[in-house]
Parts: sequence; structure tokens; C-alpha cells
Amino acid sequence: METALDFRVVWEYLSYFFIGRYPKGPVGGVALTLYLAAVSLVFSFLGGLVLGLLSVSRNRPVRWASMAVIQTIRGMPLLMVIFWMFFLLPALFGGGMPASWTVITALTLFTSAYMSEIVRAGIMGIPKGQTEAAVSTGLSHRQTMLHIVLPQALRNMIPSFVNQFVSMIKDTSLAFIVGVSELTQIANQVNNRTMLFPTEIFLFIAVVYFIMCFAFTELSRWLERRLAYSKAI
Amino acid sequence: MNYHFDWAVVTSGKYFEWLVSGVHVTVKLSLVSIALSFLLGLVVAIMRMSPFRPVLWFAHGYLEFFRNTPLLVQIFFWYFGSYKILPVAVNDWMVRQDFEFAAAVIALTIYTSAFIAEDIRSGVRSIPKEQMEAARSSGFSYIRSMRYIILPQAVRLTIPPLINQFLNLMKNSSLAMTIGVAELMYQARQVESYTFKGFEAFSAATIVYVGLSFSITGLMTVYRRKLLKPLKAR
Repeated sequence: METALDFRVVWEYLSYFFIGRYPKGPVGGVALTLYLAAVSLVFSFLGGLVLGLLSVSRNRPVRWASMAVIQTIRGMPLLMVIFWMFFLLPALFGGGMPASWTVITALTLFTSAYMSEIVRAGIMGIPKGQTEAAVSTGLSHRQTMLHIVLPQALRNMIPSFVNQFVSMIKDTSLAFIVGVSELTQIANQVNNRTMLFPTEIFLFIAVVYFIMCFAFTELSRWLERRLAYSKAI
Repeated sequence: MNYHFDWAVVTSGKYFEWLVSGVHVTVKLSLVSIALSFLLGLVVAIMRMSPFRPVLWFAHGYLEFFRNTPLLVQIFFWYFGSYKILPVAVNDWMVRQDFEFAAAVIALTIYTSAFIAEDIRSGVRSIPKEQMEAARSSGFSYIRSMRYIILPQAVRLTIPPLINQFLNLMKNSSLAMTIGVAELMYQARQVESYTFKGFEAFSAATIVYVGLSFSITGLMTVYRRKLLKPLKAR
């Protein structure tokens, strides 16, 4: 306990932490963190849905191939995926891709694999009687999925999706590594500039992250209770 | 694309040795951290179930805070910012160690312990309440009933989620590269910047990570089949 904590540095850079250099420059900080998380979430929802449906496909090679992709991605650290994208995307599409899109692509790829497991579990969790009833009323496999199984399964998956969003917010901090100026990167810049207040700065952003994530964790718990309640009736 | 593949870079010689030393550090970091996280997680889980309110609240706050904060921020906090709030003795001890490694272990341990504590708690909750009541009524204290009756059973059920946490921890340990711990990811980056053979270096690292992950998952399957099933059947 050498020195007392001095949080004036946080106050001084407050707008920088929340919106980056905006309006004089690009948006950053908390705003960019939430933007990255939200955009990646939308894409990985779609990716997860596609991968999840492929992994319960009746076509065996398709099922195996999608499982192999999912398991490989799940076996990698997110950092590895980010480096791959950082390295491969310019090689494939030429340079000029903004770093934030590298991160969004990596987060989407990574989270889609986890989302697909949620989707698969959700589909498996719908009683078999439902599918049988649907098929015997004359619906095709595709129609059964689209109109009977998925609407129910997706509803049950909502809490898990919100949980994934929480992980996503935490994962955006890795964008720091490729130089995207989201909250963690901003904290590092402020720390490099001011030098003397690392404890205050990192405690502050930890609390900011905590507030964002905890709010969504609570939302997910509330949704879970509500869904359980409406199912019980 | 006229990229010239050269796998020899990562399969032999100096750069191969770098990668191998990276694997060593990754494994060491993961093993040290998982052992410590288990112990810390156990303590927090017991506190979380304590009949004494303030202890329970403290454990609850601990769990929520560390689970809802990015690991990277926690790593930076321990690496850059811990000196102001840690006692001088602890600080000196950390500096005398490999400081980066120590900071990474602390961050990984605290982060993972919060998840492990929740797993242990749900393991304990799956043990019927009567066990605790029976233990208490035959004269065991709360701590002793936990120690001799509840935990030995709960830990067995907790092992699959624990292995899962170990898997996450192993992957999370790659973040230690940001503070300069020379683990696998760090070494892969090094090889890339020295040789410009990024594709080969990242492939090698990916193969090792995926291989480690699959082995850990395999371990879990074996445990479930060989040990947990006969136990439940009894």
C-alpha cells in the first residue's frame, strides 16, 4: 500500500473512455466495444443457426463436416482466430480492410461455433413427438424445422444467447491486440500517456465492463425464470 | 497468390525449438493455474454456501465481479496496476519471481476460480440435502460435514465441468502473451515476425492448441464412461 489511489485521471479522460476521440475523430471506447459486440452477435447468430442446422442435418457427410469445423474452432483460443483473420483476410481480399472488421469476422467465426452448440442443444431439446406429429400431418422435413421445431427451440435459447452476448462483450477486449480503439485499447493509451495511474485506470474499466456484463447476466437470469414460468403453465 | 510454403521452418531448427518452449510454458502456466484455481474455487464455493451472511455476500460479489470482467483487463490489472494495492511483501515476492508469469498465474487463477466455484457449488447442490442433515445430526460440525461427507461426493461429480474449465484455461492462457509471457501464441508470433512464415507458424500453433483441446476433451469422455457411469449405477 504505497500510494493512495487517485481517480482524477479517470475523470479527466472520461469522454475518451466512453466515446473515444469522437466528434473530433473516430468513435471508440465503450461505444465501439458495444458496437463490435452487437454487430458480431447478429452475424454469429446467423452463423450459429446455419452451423447448428447443418450439424443436425440428415445428410451424414454434411453433419460430419460441420461438426469437424465446429470442434476445430472450439479447440482454438480466440486470440488464435484473431491472428488468423488478421493474417489471412488481407491475403485473401487484399489490404484495406479496417481492423475492426478483422475483429468482427474473428468474433463471428469463433462465436458461431459456440452458438451452433446452443442451437443444436435447443433443437434436440424439443420432444420428438412434435416432429413426429408435424411429419404425420404432412409437413416436409424443412417445413417441420421452420414452423414447428425452430420457433420453440429459439425461444428456449434466448437466455443462452444473452449469455453469449456477455461473453462477446468480454471477448471484444481482445480487439486491443490488432489496434482497434475499444475500451481496453483506450485504457492502455491513457495508461501510456499518464504513466502513473495504471491501478485506477484498469480498476475503472473493469468496473465499466462489469456493469455492462452484469446487466446482461441479470437479464438472462430474468428471462430464464420467465420462460420457465410460462412453460410451467 | 504466389506464396512459397516452407514447412521446414517450423518442423526443425531454432524456430521449432522456440515453438516447443512455447508449448512448455503454455502447459506449465495451465497446470499451475488450474491447481491454484481449484483450491481457490473450493474455498470460494464453501464461502458461497456459508450460513454466515457477510461471508456469503463477499463470495457472491467475488464471483459476479470476476466472471463479468474480461480476462485481458484482469491480466493488465495484475500486471500494471497491482503494485498500488498489494502489500509490499507480496509485491517484492512477485518481482523476485518471473514477474510476467506470476501476474499471468494470478489473473488466470482468480478468473478461473470464479467459474470453478460455481461448478463446485452446483455439484454440492446436487447432493441430497438429507446427507447434510444426517451428518449434522450425528454431530459433525458444518465444516466437517462438508469436508468428510458432502465434498468427497460433490467433487467427483464436479470433475467433468472442471476438466472443461481446464480446457478454457488452457485456451485463455494464450492471453498471457500480451504481457510478454513466452507461451505458444507468443512464440508463434515471434517465429512469424522473424521468418515472415506466418501461415506455417500459425498452423503449427493451431495444431498444438487443437490437439491439446482434443486430448482434454478425450480425457473427459474417458472419465465419464469409465468412472462416473459405474459410480452412478451403484
